[in-house]
Amino acid sequence: MAKVFIYPATSLMLSDLVARFGHKPLGSAISVRDHIQTAGFESPPLQMTPDDPKKGLKYAAVEVPSGVRGRMSLYGPLIEDADAAIIVNDSDYAFGCMGCARTNELVKFLIKERKMPIIELLYPSTEEEGVTFVRSIRSFLDSLKDGSP
Amino acid sequence: MKEYNPVCKGSVTKYVFVESPSFTPSDLAIKAYEVSQGVMIKETCFGLQITGNENEIETIVELLRKLDPLHIFVKDRGFPPGDNRRCRSNLGGARPGYFGHEFEMGLLHFISYGLKSLDSSSTPDNEPLQRKMIEKIPLPLEKLRQIIDSEVN
Repeated sequence: MAKVFIYPATSLMLSDLVARFGHKPLGSAISVRDHIQTAGFESPPLQMTPDDPKKGLKYAAVEVPSGVRGRMSLYGPLIEDADAAIIVNDSDYAFGCMGCARTNELVKFLIKERKMPIIELLYPSTEEEGVTFVRSIRSFLDSLKDGSP
Repeated sequence: MKEYNPVCKGSVTKYVFVESPSFTPSDLAIKAYEVSQGVMIKETCFGLQITGNENEIETIVELLRKLDPLHIFVKDRGFPPGDNRRCRSNLGGARPGYFGHEFEMGLLHFISYGLKSLDSSSTPDNEPLQRKMIEKIPLPLEKLRQIIDSEVN
């Protein structure tokens, strides 16, 4: 079973397809769960502590806004842990504020820097594209054996 | 600073989305309760949220998937249901964060169709479409020039 980072990290269909074909999807829910289930000091609303932007320094320079570094403290460890990645490029809903947009760029960059197996796709808009989407993901996931291509 | 003691520590939460012509969220909830041994099951308009021990959740999810594998989709959730920080009963108004689900729910029937086609292995892989789906093909320069010329003239 390989650990597969999904982008967008909140994607329902990617998370489902990766799990359905026998691998472990790494999405933002995993990091958020770790955050909110760790005891410490209260830091509402989302339990992002002042330490998180510091952890993000591993992935982004100090002059990068703390919002990007805070988000990277969620996504960075997942990317490091991943054996492969699936990227859907036209995920417009993942674009929020500039923090989200810049984090998205950095996430894609870091995935490609890791030199791990990657598949890039677009969301399907017809039934034929749905077939191609699912088949591409399945053949990509079938090519991963316990984390190595 | 206040001490933070997490609730539902060590638990896992999963969303179960249903886009099926044969099953409603209520059907899934009843099936889940039949095999549940103490997990928290919340019925929603799109399906279920299940919180509890990871092994038990996996068992329930596997069972629910078998009901209609092509139309039931599952994903992880970070917060447990009803968490004060995310539940709209405390925040007021619509809960943020469902835009992605709303968008993808509209495309799930393409995925269901794709999953159905996996059973019939006769359909060949569509290479040109696969290439097209990897990258949006930008507007060719010549075509752009033609458009500009047609507007100018």
